[in-house]
Amino acid sequence: MTWKNFFTSSIGKKFLVALTGLFLILFLIVHASINACIFLNDNGDTFNAVAHFMSHNWILRFLEIGLFAALILHAIQGLMVWKQNVAARPIDYYVKKQNRNSTWYSRSMGIMGTLILLFLVMHISHFFVGTKIALYAEHDAPHDLYLEMKEVFSKGIWVALYMVGLIALFWHLFHGFQSAFHSLGLDHKRYTSLLRAAGTGYSIIIIILFALMPLSFYFGWIH
Amino acid sequence: MALDAKVPQGEMDKKWTDYKGHVKLVNPSNKRKLEVIVVGTGLAGASAAASLGEMGYQVKTFCFQDSPRRAHSIAAQGGINAAKNYQNDGDSVFRLFYDTVKGGDYRSREANVYRLAEVSAAIIDQCVAQGVPFAREYGGLLSNRSFGGVQVQRTFYAAGQTGQQLLLGAYGALERQVALGNVTQYSRHEMLDVVMIDGKARGIIARDLVSGKLERHFGHAVLLCTGGYGNVFYLSTNAMGSNVTAAWKAHKKGAYFANPCYTQIHPTCIPLSGDHQSKLTLMSESLRNDGRIWVPKNLNETRKANDIPKDDRDYYLERRYPAFGNLVPRDVASRAAKERCDAGYGVGTTKMAVYLDFADAIKRYGRIEAGKAGNHHPAEEETIVLGKKVIEEKYGNLFEMYEKITGENPYEMPMRIYPAVHYTMGGLWVDYELMTTSKGLYCLGEANFSDHGANRLGASALMQGLADGYFVIPYTLGNYLADEIRTAAIPTTHEAFEQAENAVNERIQKMMGIKGTESVENFHKRLGKIMWNKCGMARNAKDLQEAMVEIRQLRKEFWSNVRIPGEINECNAELDKAGRVADFLELGELMCIDALNRAESCGGHFREESQTEEGEAKRNDELFSFVSAWEYKGDSTWELHKEKLEFEIVKPTQRSYK
Amino acid sequence: MEHYNMNLTLKVWKQKNADSKGKFETFKVSDISSEMSFLEMFDVLNEKLIEEGKEPIAFDHDCREGICGACSMYIDGQPHGPWAKNTTCQLHMRAFHDGDTIVVEPWRSKAFPVIKDLMVDRAAFDRIIQAGGYVSVNTGNAVDANSLPIDKSDADAAFAAAACIGCGACVAACKNSSAMLFVSAKVAQLSLLPQGEPERRTRVLNMVTQMDKEGFGNCSNTYACEAECPKGISVLNIARMNREYMHAGLSADEK
Repeated sequence: MTWKNFFTSSIGKKFLVALTGLFLILFLIVHASINACIFLNDNGDTFNAVAHFMSHNWILRFLEIGLFAALILHAIQGLMVWKQNVAARPIDYYVKKQNRNSTWYSRSMGIMGTLILLFLVMHISHFFVGTKIALYAEHDAPHDLYLEMKEVFSKGIWVALYMVGLIALFWHLFHGFQSAFHSLGLDHKRYTSLLRAAGTGYSIIIIILFALMPLSFYFGWIH
Repeated sequence: MALDAKVPQGEMDKKWTDYKGHVKLVNPSNKRKLEVIVVGTGLAGASAAASLGEMGYQVKTFCFQDSPRRAHSIAAQGGINAAKNYQNDGDSVFRLFYDTVKGGDYRSREANVYRLAEVSAAIIDQCVAQGVPFAREYGGLLSNRSFGGVQVQRTFYAAGQTGQQLLLGAYGALERQVALGNVTQYSRHEMLDVVMIDGKARGIIARDLVSGKLERHFGHAVLLCTGGYGNVFYLSTNAMGSNVTAAWKAHKKGAYFANPCYTQIHPTCIPLSGDHQSKLTLMSESLRNDGRIWVPKNLNETRKANDIPKDDRDYYLERRYPAFGNLVPRDVASRAAKERCDAGYGVGTTKMAVYLDFADAIKRYGRIEAGKAGNHHPAEEETIVLGKKVIEEKYGNLFEMYEKITGENPYEMPMRIYPAVHYTMGGLWVDYELMTTSKGLYCLGEANFSDHGANRLGASALMQGLADGYFVIPYTLGNYLADEIRTAAIPTTHEAFEQAENAVNERIQKMMGIKGTESVENFHKRLGKIMWNKCGMARNAKDLQEAMVEIRQLRKEFWSNVRIPGEINECNAELDKAGRVADFLELGELMCIDALNRAESCGGHFREESQTEEGEAKRNDELFSFVSAWEYKGDSTWELHKEKLEFEIVKPTQRSYK
Repeated sequence: MEHYNMNLTLKVWKQKNADSKGKFETFKVSDISSEMSFLEMFDVLNEKLIEEGKEPIAFDHDCREGICGACSMYIDGQPHGPWAKNTTCQLHMRAFHDGDTIVVEPWRSKAFPVIKDLMVDRAAFDRIIQAGGYVSVNTGNAVDANSLPIDKSDADAAFAAAACIGCGACVAACKNSSAMLFVSAKVAQLSLLPQGEPERRTRVLNMVTQMDKEGFGNCSNTYACEAECPKGISVLNIARMNREYMHAGLSADEK
């Protein structure tokens, strides 16, 4: 079995989706912990300092490329799998009672993923682009990410859209977490319930953390 | 033609070894040039095709199902016998042989049965090597249970799905040969005739059941592994598609049909619920290991089963047969149930059922389980909970099936069961090499007559199918094909193929052309009723004579009034069924003739005129110690040939399970 | 159990052959007993159609005791109908009520083309087994069956996986028409047993390659297959196959 054969097979593709997914899951932990610095309520000093460190450390910037690669791979593979899956049933059923055999969110990974992708476009243009412009175009001009957040999240529409994105992310993670382990073969009678519990806990904590950020700014819980 | 069974000379226990040592062989380069047709892909067919493919023959398999894996062997539940003596309970090849001859009521050919017992152990080895997941003990070794008619534990099993697991093993072996190019597989194909050239079977005419087109296939030899004909009764535990057509066509082309009247009525089936019923469902015999069979002692009992106290119950098998109790052979258990129901003690709405009760077993197992956990005085409720778990582990799938069909929970109330047609011991006559009276035409598994005499013991059908396919035919076929190595493949443009195809085509045209008013299903049902009522569990001369007249009349009606919708050259299930029912309508008559001719009771064949004072089957060895082999002589005419049964080892006695 | 009779409306997929386009047709059946099996209800309908000079509805069926795997109807939005762990032939009319409309469709998958009406071609499953769903042991090569003790829990797990009847309900249920449950059941059975060990790597690689070739979709872990499987085959077999595949695929000799 060549590398190509491996990664283009149905299971190989799922490995990639799962591996990149787990990488993104790890990233979200880092992302959420850094962002949680805003809750220190120190006018964003710590947060900005960490953000500055993140965007200037060479190792982390190298990892950032990996992050984008993973994200793109995850999305492309996911979409390709989805396309193939649609093609595998040229004529659909007239009546479907799928809720009797599976959960709606497990069947909606493609849609949730697409929503997240759209959300990311918005998210990147809000925060990432500014940071990068400051870094390269403006010769490393000082950049107040905290202020940027404050501005964006002062507008209701953005907060609402972020909530939509996070809801999509929640369901995506809720299924994706244990699904990734399953795809990697790391599922076993004994550990299934543990995995599910971990996945549920993870999804809830991460999403609550993220959701608190725009909400806190919007409702002025932090200054 | 005189029947020559070609049983090798010598001591019984040396015959097969001697045969194998002296049989003609075909060298590997010649095997590649020889083509073998295998019709039917159940245990016998799949195992034969796989083994022959492995040896290097070019094999073609045919089955009417959409995949070989669906052959009805898959439905066998209980187990497979083998003289392994893993339980150290005194089993041996001889005992298995002895039990089988006795169980068959001394109407089988000793040499064949001995060989069956001899190769039985190798079957288990072969299946385990294929990855068949037999039940195991905690030590990791194979587990056994006991079955009807024997006093040792020699039955290997995989829950209630032994047939499935064995068939999937053979199917895997077959598919492997398909992948290797040694076997070509034709699914959704039905054999409609055998082609004879110069007195030898040289191929078949098959119909592609999807396109409806007829096809010709050549083979240096043809193996029929097409199962039994229980569906002649319409209602049976056979699959809907199980039929006699292949064997019947071979019969009409010259192969003798042996002992057609020997049918096995299985004692533990789910009773009939109404006229709509299309088939009957078996509850494995293994249930009789733990279930107790009873009927109320009082006529017109109205209480529910659980409300009837012990003293008012008649555990009639335990009463009549204390030595074997609920584990008497199938024929005995079936007749006993019929006797009670006919006497008016039956239960359920139709009064044509008896109880199979697990309450005692649940309590017994519960106490053992509690004891294991250190509780030697468990409360009744606790034992019941624990006991149910044990029963569930042993028979869970059967109990589930029963509940689905009847809507009743057998953990809470006794099952209702009644005998149903299950297996046919009769079939094409074959010699020791499994060749029919037509040269080059072989018959394996349930389709032949050879090993079970007048009654098959539980867990022996799987054994026979696999013995024939894995371990007998690979040797005996070579003995014939060794002389065929100079025969080049005959082109299917040969006139014999032409004629056979034309005949098949004409018959189909004729059937389709009738355009009558009555459906095939109706004719089948009507035939089934005649057979069950007059050639069923108990037979007498008067009924049989009437049945023959009725069947002939019904056949006439069929050929003038059957309605088959659709076209010939398309997928047409009604047409497929019509051909099969037409053959059943001929076979039914022969069964009655055979049953009438055999004016004795033996095994599953019970003639009311021939019974002991206690109502047990009474053989007449002086007059009937032979195999009836019927030669087809044209419409409704058969000539009887007798193969005398010589018993060198087992001396026939009145079978007793008391 | 209370018995009752019912009148039903059936909306059934009719398709003359593989090349033609199908459509739904509506049929009425009356006096259907709650004791009947679903297929017996179809028998009644077919008899009625024949009587009326029409063509009966074609469907696959054989053993009618839930083990051969031939029957394959998508009933009211679920393969094998509303009962859990059940086949179409074992579904009984108790599951329905007077006046119900029941929609019956064939399995829908590119890999299972319709042959006629409700019959589909599942030969893809045979070809997947041909790719490696066996232990390569010729007749006569076996050692004594008890020479190799097998851990009871492994043997039981292998049996649970081997209980698959190859009906294809997993494919029919899966929104992606994935055959992973079917394939993994065989892979798991043989990888759990020492007999399957020598071909462990090639088996999983070849079977998955064949599965992909047949045009089944990818597994996205919705577990609809397990929920609809008449034999309750566990999706943990899929995880096991993924594991086997990763091990085999990444340790094979090729570059």
